[in-house]
Amino acid sequence: MAAAAEELTLLEKLLGLRRGNKYSAQGERQIPVLQTNNGPSLTGLATIAAHLVKQANKEHLLGSTAEEKAVVQQWLEYRVTRIDGHSNKDEIRNMLKDLNSYLEDKVYLTGNNFTLADILLYYGLHRFIVDLTFQEKEKYLNVSRWFSHIQHYPGIRQHLSSVVFIKNRLYTNTH
Amino acid sequence: MQRGDRLSGSAEAEGEGRANRFLLHQRLRGGGMRLFVTEGAPGNLPVLAAAGRAGARGELLISTVSPEERVVPFLTRPKLPVLKLDSGHYLFSTSAICRYFFLLCGWEQDDLTNQWLEWEATELQPVLSVALYNLVVQGKKGEDVLSPVRRALIHIDHSLSRRSCPFLAGDSESLADIVLWGALYPLLQDPAYLPDELAALQSWFQTLSVQEPCQQAVESVLKKQGALALRTYLQKQPQPIVPLERPVSNEPEEDELSAHTLSEEEIAMAVTAWEEGLEALPPVRPWQNPVLPVAGERNVLITSALPYVNNVPHLGNIIGCVLSADVFARYSRLRQWNTLYLCGTDEYGTATETKAMEEGLTPQQICDKYHAIHTNIYRWFNISFDFFGRTTTPHQTKITQDIFQRLLSRGFLFKDTVEQLRCERCSRFLADRFVEGVCPFCGYEEARGDQCDKCGKLINAIELKKPQCKICRESPVVKSSQHLFLDLPKLEKRLEEWLGRTLAGSDWTPNARFITRSWLRDGLKPRCITRDLKWGTPVPLEGFQDKVFYVWFDATIGYLSITANYTDQWEKWWKNPEQVELYQFMAKDNVPFHSVVFPCSALGAEDNYTLVSHLIATEYLNYEDGKFSKSRGVGVFGDMAQNTGIPSDIWRFYLLFVRPESQDSSFSWTDLMLKNNSELLNNLGNFVNRAGMFVCKFFGGCVPKMTLTPDDQRLLAHVTLELRQYHQLLEKVRIRDALRCVLTISRHGNQYIQVNEPWKRIKGSEADRHRAGTVTGVAVNMAALLSIMMQPYMPTVSTTIQTQLQLPPAVCAALPTNFPCLLPAGHQIGIVSPLFQKLENDQIEGLRKRFGGGQLEDSLELKAKVSKAEAPAELADPEQIKLLTDAVTKQGSVVRELKAQKADKAQVAAEVAKLLELKQHLALAEGKPLDPPKGKKKK
Repeated sequence: MAAAAEELTLLEKLLGLRRGNKYSAQGERQIPVLQTNNGPSLTGLATIAAHLVKQANKEHLLGSTAEEKAVVQQWLEYRVTRIDGHSNKDEIRNMLKDLNSYLEDKVYLTGNNFTLADILLYYGLHRFIVDLTFQEKEKYLNVSRWFSHIQHYPGIRQHLSSVVFIKNRLYTNTH
Repeated sequence: MQRGDRLSGSAEAEGEGRANRFLLHQRLRGGGMRLFVTEGAPGNLPVLAAAGRAGARGELLISTVSPEERVVPFLTRPKLPVLKLDSGHYLFSTSAICRYFFLLCGWEQDDLTNQWLEWEATELQPVLSVALYNLVVQGKKGEDVLSPVRRALIHIDHSLSRRSCPFLAGDSESLADIVLWGALYPLLQDPAYLPDELAALQSWFQTLSVQEPCQQAVESVLKKQGALALRTYLQKQPQPIVPLERPVSNEPEEDELSAHTLSEEEIAMAVTAWEEGLEALPPVRPWQNPVLPVAGERNVLITSALPYVNNVPHLGNIIGCVLSADVFARYSRLRQWNTLYLCGTDEYGTATETKAMEEGLTPQQICDKYHAIHTNIYRWFNISFDFFGRTTTPHQTKITQDIFQRLLSRGFLFKDTVEQLRCERCSRFLADRFVEGVCPFCGYEEARGDQCDKCGKLINAIELKKPQCKICRESPVVKSSQHLFLDLPKLEKRLEEWLGRTLAGSDWTPNARFITRSWLRDGLKPRCITRDLKWGTPVPLEGFQDKVFYVWFDATIGYLSITANYTDQWEKWWKNPEQVELYQFMAKDNVPFHSVVFPCSALGAEDNYTLVSHLIATEYLNYEDGKFSKSRGVGVFGDMAQNTGIPSDIWRFYLLFVRPESQDSSFSWTDLMLKNNSELLNNLGNFVNRAGMFVCKFFGGCVPKMTLTPDDQRLLAHVTLELRQYHQLLEKVRIRDALRCVLTISRHGNQYIQVNEPWKRIKGSEADRHRAGTVTGVAVNMAALLSIMMQPYMPTVSTTIQTQLQLPPAVCAALPTNFPCLLPAGHQIGIVSPLFQKLENDQIEGLRKRFGGGQLEDSLELKAKVSKAEAPAELADPEQIKLLTDAVTKQGSVVRELKAQKADKAQVAAEVAKLLELKQHLALAEGKPLDPPKGKKKK
């Protein structure tokens, strides 16, 4: 199964949706497609994810105020445009640097509330974070703190490997 | 607040919106919400339009900053526009900003709107930024701008027309409309980039463009300069990378199909078709000679653009016409359509005369020599012409003169005195291709005498600025001579009527439509059809005895005369528009002659000619990201491909795999190796070979009994779906896309074998052994089906598989639309052996060096310098001379080094040729006569 479809299945379980949906993948980038019962199909990871959240009656995960809603969608867009597809080393480093700086004063991506943005960025970043060295994890300290927090959030990690972050700093001089 | 509104007498329905807007108003005043913009950023348009739509425009604090300003502290790269909220949060995504304005009004987004916004960010933006960059920064026009975004535009158009709603997400306007409109406006405001056939897109775009918030946004962002207002901003941005061409499953039209989950009926139908077996196959057409149209049948006449005789064709020429047409001809025969495929060499013209002088032969001898070269190349590539003729025949003269007389007697020709360029030094009238100068339309410096390579417009040589004789670089003088003109303006109305009837529902490629439309939009002009030459079709008119027809009047008539040389009943094909479907294949530069000039001649001649029904034009194939160039020894030419040791089927496969179907593509050696090793060797070859090997090894070469499980039935249904799509695509001549279906089926097959592991089961219980038999039987049947589907693409490999599997000839000759069991239990197959060979890195690197790919950048650079130096005004420019002197020195040391290394002779010769060319240019730039090479050496 394509990676995106797998991720959506994880999300379904996390949301407590019982009936597993069937996904197909479209094109070279394997964009997920959901065939809904009562309407046309839905295409795109962020679109389907938001749809599932509504289906599970957990709208608060999409944000509560206008501002929070816009911020959640902004990070979902960031996920599908910046995190997916761009896999050269420099791009990834830039992305982690930006996120690290952003998360400096935040618990979650919207600030103080856990949302779909945290879920999809966690899934999207997992493959990069597992490959980081301890030194890099300390360099992107705020990302590491956020990631470690999210992976311990009940039900989110499932079969994905748990990434180890060491509490005592190993590399004191890195910034 | 609501009460206040109602008291002021507004309509009830508007109450809520107003109240929300009032809230918004308060928000904006209370907080320090600030929008940061920079001049000319494309994102300004949707953001301001959305603000206007949500009634926030007047209240928004806007700061204009420089494009380099990092407004968002945590983003390394500057991003604008940005909205800073009073909470300190930043919205740096254009659609998130728009969304926020809408949310403040209480307007939420549904799934469909979200889907469009996600599509805009992931699919539209990457291609749109390329198109805008090409248009605004690089000053390109036409296809260069349109082709990157065409698929995306078609996707929007189809979605709108399929749902028949006026807006993207339904009956009323949504955020998606504003965001997409804002993104597309700079491009689509120029009608040239909003093709007429996208009617739904057009009407959607116009509906939005007239709305007040949109108009206001346009005014303040584009400032009446159109897309050029974005120039300063876009110039500072990195050049966007063209996203990879996507396979067909990503095509908008196939949305439903790729999302397809199999229904019970589809599975049942696939099983029924399978069980019907060979009985269901269509009867095979008996072979005929000559092939003639038959009433009541589908009669398909296929032509490929006539290659010019004295150029050895390169790979780009081959994929552009003869190979593409060959695939379609082979497919058409597999469908049992009554098919005739013709081509031939185009032999008349100045270039032939000159070549003859050079080689000390007569023009006819030159044509004979090169006609044979062409014939051999196409034979090696396995092109299945029914007839490959030539234009220097009595039939050509007869038919051309007949059309001419008919046009003359109907008043579509007139005489006029023409001012012509004559080179006094060479003492001859200069044919168009021997004049070069500055294009009068776009200012391109190396425009040819008949057409500008940059803007594509046709030029009368005399209109060129700063004309030069290409042979001696002398400035030619203007002399007058009498000529005949085809009165195209008189025929314009008939042409438009015919196009109106023909284009609707036909399979003309979008670029062919675009080019034709742009010709008509500019208005047709009379065209001179005679030339002061000897080597051509004589003009049968008093006072024109020493003139011949110009090739672009009579070359397209070559198709008719070649048919006449094939059969004396040629008129059954060419004067039979009711029964014949004419497919013409060519590269895009040939479109006007086939869509405008020849149809006008034929319509004017009033002799019921068969006119093109489907005009299939390709874009260009580049060589390793540059151009093929015979003079620079760069690229692979038809006669060289044979000496690479790579079989012709592999060349065919790769050229078809990268066929420049909707945009230019590149030939790359590394890619050729990768595609051979991954798609052919590991995917297709591996599957077919394994399927056959299992039959031989485990079942003594005899196809085993099969009992289909539900899994097998689903597989059959999947294969059937791919087969159907293959047919749909090839019927529309989407050759490259259909090839993907073949590869998908073998991927299904590999997976099927991998999951079912027949090599393990054969050692198991009775039931296991039976299962191994079923899996092997189904797999070998898929291999048989694939061999037929591959036939248009790789005819030799196809025959090899069919021999290995001992597929009966009647089965090989027809491709069904369903997947019947082609090899029933008990069928004995032959000896199975591997189909493809691995290409190794060393081998490919060697070829790359041999064909000049490595030196490409160097020579392009030199070319740029040289061409500047060629302009007469700069003859004495010391800087140019210095550049050339440096280039000569540099090239000289390249040659010395190669000689010192005792490098390959051909390689040394190529470098020496370059050196000599450079020296010539230097001499020209210095205004010296050419020294003999030896004298130069001593200097």
